[in-house]
Amino acid sequence: MKVLVPVKRVIDYNVKVRVKADGSGVDLANVKMSMNPFDEIAVEAAIRLKEAGQVDEIVVVSVGVAKAQETLRTALAMGADRAILVEATDDVHTDIEPLAVAKVLKALVEEEQPGLVICGKQAIDNDMNATGQMLSALLGWSQATFASELAIEGESATVTREVDGGLQTIKVKMPAVVTVDLRLNEPRYASLPNIMKAKKKPLDTKTPSDLGVDVTPRLSVVTTTEPAARAAGVKVGSVDELVLKLKDEAGVI
Amino acid sequence: MAVLLIAEVSGGTLAVDATAKALTAAKAMGDVTVLCASAGCGGAAEAAAKLDGVSKVLCADDAAYGHDLAEPLADLVVGMAGDYSHIVAPATATAKNVMPRIAALLDAMVISDVTAVVDADTFERPIYAGNAIQTVKSADATKVLTVRTATFDAAGEGGSASVESIAAAANSGISEWVEDKVAASDRPELTSAGIVVSGGRGVGSEDDFKMIETLADKLGAAVGASRAAVDSGYAPNDWQVGQTGKVVAPELYVAVGISGAIQHLAGMKDSKVIVAINKDEEAPIFQVADYGLVADLFDAVPELLEKL
Repeated sequence: MKVLVPVKRVIDYNVKVRVKADGSGVDLANVKMSMNPFDEIAVEAAIRLKEAGQVDEIVVVSVGVAKAQETLRTALAMGADRAILVEATDDVHTDIEPLAVAKVLKALVEEEQPGLVICGKQAIDNDMNATGQMLSALLGWSQATFASELAIEGESATVTREVDGGLQTIKVKMPAVVTVDLRLNEPRYASLPNIMKAKKKPLDTKTPSDLGVDVTPRLSVVTTTEPAARAAGVKVGSVDELVLKLKDEAGVI
Repeated sequence: MAVLLIAEVSGGTLAVDATAKALTAAKAMGDVTVLCASAGCGGAAEAAAKLDGVSKVLCADDAAYGHDLAEPLADLVVGMAGDYSHIVAPATATAKNVMPRIAALLDAMVISDVTAVVDADTFERPIYAGNAIQTVKSADATKVLTVRTATFDAAGEGGSASVESIAAAANSGISEWVEDKVAASDRPELTSAGIVVSGGRGVGSEDDFKMIETLADKLGAAVGASRAAVDSGYAPNDWQVGQTGKVVAPELYVAVGISGAIQHLAGMKDSKVIVAINKDEEAPIFQVADYGLVADLFDAVPELLEKL
């Protein structure tokens, strides 16, 4: 079985995000970019299925700027076999919407015919949590989101999902789209020899128009602002003072 | 404008708080019809009909909707979407699962975690784990969105909407429920609790986390945890408060041994009163705390238990 794993190039999760003063967005110029952490978990999940003999090829895809090929090389160094870059914009500040990404991925699924797509549950930049569900809808496939356990058994996949209040286990018919949550696995680091080898792995480049997809956004961003700051309060000197303040001043206990 | 609000129904019972908060947001967009879809959802539909500002309640009672599977619920909603300008749900795990599927089937872009309704087409939502707030305007014919309940007040009761049963949609049967493992607890539900007591990495172990639970029980509070505490195995994932966990806004939030990473702050900074107990006086949590106590939690929490 072939697996397709979409990966997104996002601002590194350790970088403090700065909102531009003119309200036009978040400053991404000269900022460290990395693979979306949830997507690393998705790549790792695919590699583990390959190591277990359940998958024979892992194709990673990124939809965005040309530099997203760095992200794809990282996935190849981790253990993916082949990469496809869909160059959808030349502006790092243009975020391709999940609906457009899902349409691009649908076209690629039709070309590549994978039996499974594994995605991160959300990207840490737009926090939309949508691409996997949208792809599943467009393909008419089953979906299993927020996976913390994944087992493939023949024509179906059993997935344990992180839901409000606990865990839910469902069984979905293959082909399926699975989106992964934090606790599914701990992604490996790419070793230096594997990073060298990844440079020789195939990486194709396409455009959305090659695939017949219009990526024009449906949402226009009016403004991007800093969240309202919360004023700092006071330091109390003792537990007694804290209890007193909560009872008399705040009146919450 | 006609709005379809998908009620949060769990085990046939209406999640009143989440639904009533999303209702407040939905009312700002137009006339609200509530959909209750579940197995045995008559009671939930009756409860939804009593919420103030609901015009009509639709009840789709079918086993296919009993376990919140995305595919059958999406097919049901898409089949009735033509009557509505907006499809809205509280941003629960169920809605996050199904709403993007509904949006894609309607060729619309979903708008997740809306924190403010500017007008019927324009919404605010947090991005970058709450480090920025984006205002977006939708060009789609049908707006599909989830509402972050913590930022809206719950609509009151006093309504008397009619309840209408509707037929279930065909079920493709491509997914099936196997089991739920939901922790049984007498404590209030995390996202609607009046008081939340949360522990962080500073608590140090799963055993010591019991102390956080004891403090919560003393206050009649729900228990929360930071991502660091969850990742360290001190607390289960469904207790996680933060951008990747639950977003809460209780009357009182007590953060014990939590440094205050931005991803945690994103999940609790709308709380009315925040108390932080941490031995590191430089911890960022003190920048948002109304009352900060610089102390070793292993001294402060037992003392607090004694004096409350």
